[in-house]
Amino acid sequence: MIDSQFTPEAAGAIPGPDWLARRRVAAAEQVAASAMPSVEEELWRYTPIGQLDLGRYQLATDAGAQSPTAIPGHCAIADTSNGWLCGIELTPETAAQGVEVRPLGESDAELAASVDVDLFAVMNAAFSVEPVLVRVPPGVSVEGPIVVRHWIDTEGAAVFPRLIVDAGADSSVEVLELYGSADVAAFVSPVVEIRVASAARVGYLAVQDLGPKVWHIGSQVSHIGSQAHMRASTAALGGEYARMRLDTHLSGRGATGDLISLYFGDGDQTLDFRTFQDHAAPDTTSSLLFKGAVDDSSRSVYTGLIRVRPDARGTNAYQTNRNIKLSEDAWAESVPNLEIENNEVHCSHASAVGPIDGEQLFYLESRGVPTETAERLIVTGFFDEVLDQFPVLEAVPAVRDRLQAKIEGLSHHHAIERSGSGA
Amino acid sequence: MNEPAVSELVVSGLHVRVGGQMVLNGVDLRVASGEVHAVMGPNGSGKSTLAYAIMGRPAYEVTAGSITLNGADLVDLSPWERAHAGLFSTQQYPTEVPGVGLEIMLEEAVAATGGDRSAVEAQVAAEAELVGFDPDLLYRSLNVDLSGGEMKRSEAVQLGVLRPQIAILDELDSGLDVDALAAVSHRIELATHQDNLGVLAITHFSRLLTVLHADVVHILIDGVIRETGGPELAAQLEDTGYDPWVDDRSVAPVEIHLGGDPWP
Repeated sequence: MIDSQFTPEAAGAIPGPDWLARRRVAAAEQVAASAMPSVEEELWRYTPIGQLDLGRYQLATDAGAQSPTAIPGHCAIADTSNGWLCGIELTPETAAQGVEVRPLGESDAELAASVDVDLFAVMNAAFSVEPVLVRVPPGVSVEGPIVVRHWIDTEGAAVFPRLIVDAGADSSVEVLELYGSADVAAFVSPVVEIRVASAARVGYLAVQDLGPKVWHIGSQVSHIGSQAHMRASTAALGGEYARMRLDTHLSGRGATGDLISLYFGDGDQTLDFRTFQDHAAPDTTSSLLFKGAVDDSSRSVYTGLIRVRPDARGTNAYQTNRNIKLSEDAWAESVPNLEIENNEVHCSHASAVGPIDGEQLFYLESRGVPTETAERLIVTGFFDEVLDQFPVLEAVPAVRDRLQAKIEGLSHHHAIERSGSGA
Repeated sequence: MNEPAVSELVVSGLHVRVGGQMVLNGVDLRVASGEVHAVMGPNGSGKSTLAYAIMGRPAYEVTAGSITLNGADLVDLSPWERAHAGLFSTQQYPTEVPGVGLEIMLEEAVAATGGDRSAVEAQVAAEAELVGFDPDLLYRSLNVDLSGGEMKRSEAVQLGVLRPQIAILDELDSGLDVDALAAVSHRIELATHQDNLGVLAITHFSRLLTVLHADVVHILIDGVIRETGGPELAAQLEDTGYDPWVDDRSVAPVEIHLGGDPWP
């Protein structure tokens, strides 16, 4: 049983439409009746979940500062601060197209699906104070990304951002979600729902750059309709323990989902990814590429499942997870899985954990590039394959800069160890 | 342009162990500025090991002997320090380095020796033209999706920009078409004349020496130099093969696999 201030009464006190209030209370009752997950469960293996004490956090009552990260070329921007919505702007052209970026209202009950993949998704349903809706009408192509920025600056805040992206048939849109914080201890548990109607095209990028004392446990749930295409990406850079669970449902015939992400752990971070590629319709394609690096005493976990349901003949599903271990004390776990219930499919998975490639290092060094510089070049190059495929091009330079800053801080005790084995 | 430097690479009594096996058993060589030396030998004779050991590849353990450049001992130096000292090496199968381009690598190499990073771009363009390296390929990752000829042209561009004193060329002709081999060999010979480059060319076949003209030919068998002579030695080899130099005390080819791609 969860014993904390996250009670049905607290959920019911959050302002909002009646249907949402009822749903919050129901979700909070479910939370109250639940146990905390434990590392005994496969989905929580390798995690520090036992250290999570929800009693240390409480819902923030006020907005504070806003995200300082500027992204050029956006057509709409929404800001939340400590979970509270504090500003939405759309360009007149975007508004004229009928694009909506707004909090959920009285008539949106059917838009907000129930996402109850784990306890934290249910907590989000109960305690997300101002869910944001991005809705693109059928046939509309949105120029420039829609940006949703989250900023947390209250010590001990529990924040449950929720974003619903609803892309109508044959529409096209890119959405960028930024997570950042001041140097506070906080608990951030977002849910993003992405619905891609038939023949629509959605690019979604989440940049998680929270402070080093923040716990982040998030879910992304997407449904991709017939002949629709989604490219969803994450750059996971911050957090003390930062986890994303991605459930990608290829629901319509001919749906395509690309899942392209990177992560870089240093210090004492743990970065954790659980992915599910669920092929529920014929002729669907999913390709997943997750690349990560772990430095210092950081850890990463990747576990992925490709599921092909009996009806999903003609499925193409790919899953690749590659990790560079940059220090002796760092640790990366990679567990790919397949569950295939139809014979007419092409599936592959690959995973690897290893140090910087010694032959690549020798090649650069033999040209006169000093060891530390060569390592940085190789690690930067390792992530290029991911960055080159990210959606929301406008955000890629900022991600590249943040990643480069982490790479510049590479620890070098491993280089000293290796040089001892040379000629 | 600086006065052509006079340099000398001296390998003496070099013993090298790789993966627990002795591969070089006392190699002696001197390569001076402007000279082209060929080291020829059958498979497993230690040719590539010699190239790697001189460049300081990890796990090629020098158990005895010395490698000096202009009198300075290189054995305890890392590969990049040897490069800064004036060495350059080409690999038989150049390593792919995904996401790292030719120019950024050369800029870092030049900057590390206190050179002018901003001059590299123009130098690369000029060198690429000299060896017929397609400028579009300059923006690819190092050795990724390049043909054998393109890889060696890329290495010739690197040599042209870095201006080493001594170049060690391991099986330069392997995987190369005739045009590429001619272009690359021409660039190297130009460097021997203009920059007084000394060359140690390692090759299995005398074919290479029809385009890259050696002053001195060494025959390496079982990790020792069995004979040293002029270009006529290569001609003789063409007729007889390596049999006259192979005695019956050994000849177990040594296959060496090191490193390996952790992301196959």
